[in-house]
Amino acid sequence: MDLSYSTEYETFRGEVRAFLAEHWPPKGDEAALKKREQESRFRRRATEAGYLNRSIPKRYGGSEQAPDLLRAGIIREEFNRVRAPMEVAGLGMMMLVPTLLECGAEWQKEQFVARTVSGEIFWGQGYSEPNSGSDLASLRTRGELIDGANGPEWIINGQKIWSTFAQYAHYMFALVRTEPDAPTKHAGISYLLIDLKQPGITVRPLKQMTGGEEFCEVFFSDARTPAHWIVGARGEGWKVSKATLKHERSSVGGAAASRDLFLKLLELARRTPRNGKPAIADPLIRDRLVQLQGSVESHLYSSYRQLSMAGRGQDPGPVTLMNKLVSTNIGHDIARLARDIIGDDLMIAPQAEGAGGAGPEKWNNQFMGALGVAIAAGTSNIQRNVIAERGYGLPRDPATDKT
Amino acid sequence: MNFLLSDDQTEVQSAVRRYFDKALPSSRLHRCFDAEAGFDTELWRGFAQIGVTAIALPEDHGGLGLKLIDLALVAEAVGAAAAPVPFLGHALASLAIAWAGSEEQKSRWLPALAEGSVLATIAFADAGGWQPEQWSLASADRLLGSKRHVFAADVADLIVVGLAGGELAVIERNAAGLVVADEGGIDRTRRLFTLTLEGTPAERLPEGAVQSARLRDAALVLLAADAYGGAKRCLDLAVEYAKTRQQFGQVIGRFQALKHQLANMAVEIEPARGLYWFAAYAFDDVQDRAAHSAALAKAHLTDRALQLARDAVEAHGGIGYTWEYELHIWLKRAMLDYAWLGAPQEHRARAADLAGW
Repeated sequence: MDLSYSTEYETFRGEVRAFLAEHWPPKGDEAALKKREQESRFRRRATEAGYLNRSIPKRYGGSEQAPDLLRAGIIREEFNRVRAPMEVAGLGMMMLVPTLLECGAEWQKEQFVARTVSGEIFWGQGYSEPNSGSDLASLRTRGELIDGANGPEWIINGQKIWSTFAQYAHYMFALVRTEPDAPTKHAGISYLLIDLKQPGITVRPLKQMTGGEEFCEVFFSDARTPAHWIVGARGEGWKVSKATLKHERSSVGGAAASRDLFLKLLELARRTPRNGKPAIADPLIRDRLVQLQGSVESHLYSSYRQLSMAGRGQDPGPVTLMNKLVSTNIGHDIARLARDIIGDDLMIAPQAEGAGGAGPEKWNNQFMGALGVAIAAGTSNIQRNVIAERGYGLPRDPATDKT
Repeated sequence: MNFLLSDDQTEVQSAVRRYFDKALPSSRLHRCFDAEAGFDTELWRGFAQIGVTAIALPEDHGGLGLKLIDLALVAEAVGAAAAPVPFLGHALASLAIAWAGSEEQKSRWLPALAEGSVLATIAFADAGGWQPEQWSLASADRLLGSKRHVFAADVADLIVVGLAGGELAVIERNAAGLVVADEGGIDRTRRLFTLTLEGTPAERLPEGAVQSARLRDAALVLLAADAYGGAKRCLDLAVEYAKTRQQFGQVIGRFQALKHQLANMAVEIEPARGLYWFAAYAFDDVQDRAAHSAALAKAHLTDRALQLARDAVEAHGGIGYTWEYELHIWLKRAMLDYAWLGAPQEHRARAADLAGW
């Protein structure tokens, strides 16, 4: 057990700082460029230097570095310190890229990975449907293979929902029922890549309770995609989609994000007055802050342990299945404590996320947003099933038995 | 950089687990719990033979020169087994002498303590409170007053006593004016005693005032580790029972209500192991975070562990409420871990201060 920064790491931190001092914020002619272009150039350089996209092979636009959570932590700290851009955000990076790297055909990796990593193309996710939420494998959007004018292609009909930022996306990775006669519902699904910019597709943003529009409904009416835009074989879509979850679960991001949010809560407690003193001086608030700190640090050390073990090919056990629920629970706890610190501002509607000049009521976005987290990407109740069944070997629920 | 146990550390912990798996079947645990006297000499001797009493003591006095993390891993295994061995008091008293004793005192006591042939215990609480800063028993060559909640004082050969000003002193078995009274502790695997000192001769440990706060931090880490081990065992028992108990023609573990209850229990405790690992690591290697992380680990883990033991009883149903089934033994251990050396709320207040908030 050794969490110390050896000289090697202090040297590394110096290198990162020197790199940032030179490249961010942009200088000279580049200072006049649009933010998007500045970020894109910076990301390219930071990737060449080995600081970003570390788990992605060089030939697909990454920097192909050995996993090292301490280095990754130093990069995150130093980049955040000067507000330099990290990797491109979005589900294309989180889900599609690891999926293609693991299951994609060579041409798919070449055509899509580097452009996704660079931010040139952006992806929407086509998983959930109005009648297929937690029971995702019951999905009904159909794909039919026909011989079209431009060769064999899939004709897609149906509807997807909860597609994150699909209104800005160029492409979608989607689960589609292509084998209606397959023996099980899971075996009938394929993983297709679809160009969203075509006449057969309508994207309609959904307004959520925070007032933001992060999700969309996507309607398919004889939409088309070439036959070879399939990842894995026909009927293997379910398996392909699961391959990504493995990567998600081993990510340390959730715990670090929980800690960052906790630090913001501490700031709130420091600057919010309560009975003539900062809220952080109130014994009740202090007690709850330490309770939260216990959860946050547990989560962080748990992620260190998981990464250390994974790096040595050891199995950390059922805890790997708990990360999402742990992050969700911490998010709820932080939201509740923020609620009690902001007092009357709980009654004020927040500006949409990302809008400037927000007061304490912006914590209402966390108060509501924590509910979104509890639902998205496998609800907390689904997580509990997974933990109990896969983590502790309890028998499957009768209703989901026949999968 | 890594957050992993070494092979040696894993092996020590496994050795302790194997020992209790073999030497402490459920029947013996029940027998010890119900027995008039709380000390099982044979069980202690076998435990000491693994080398656990020597772990964190200096090598030039018969110890293994290892660290608090190694000791904490043993505490976890002891907690998991609900082992009726006076490990906590012995380990802490030995550390007190190793850290605060003179060279002569160390040479005199440590080799036998490392061997486990001499049994020691520690007396923290008195009328002033649990913490070294609160101790009120006046320092003197002959002590006058009382100390409370002392493990195994009926059988201990040496008792390290905390005194006003954070001083430490050693009382020997059968010392004049020493009266030991059983408190009727609820955790019968770790019996508690009150010491009444009526002019009892005591030998001062010269560095006591310097070392007692650190001794408290070590104790907090060991309690946290014990609590984690016990909580994991409660979870395992509840999961195992859910897989075997049948109602409505099927195992109850198939019912989602119970499944979710068990998943919630797991999520409360499983990730928290790193909290005591880190606290032990900080104690050994990151001095400026040692006190805070020890307080945090004790507060968080003993709090979660006690709730988990209660949840485990509920998950079992009727059998969990009986004396014959062993779950109540872990519940009572969790009650002791929660209260001994100060309840979680007290340590959360300390942690907030120590964090500089």
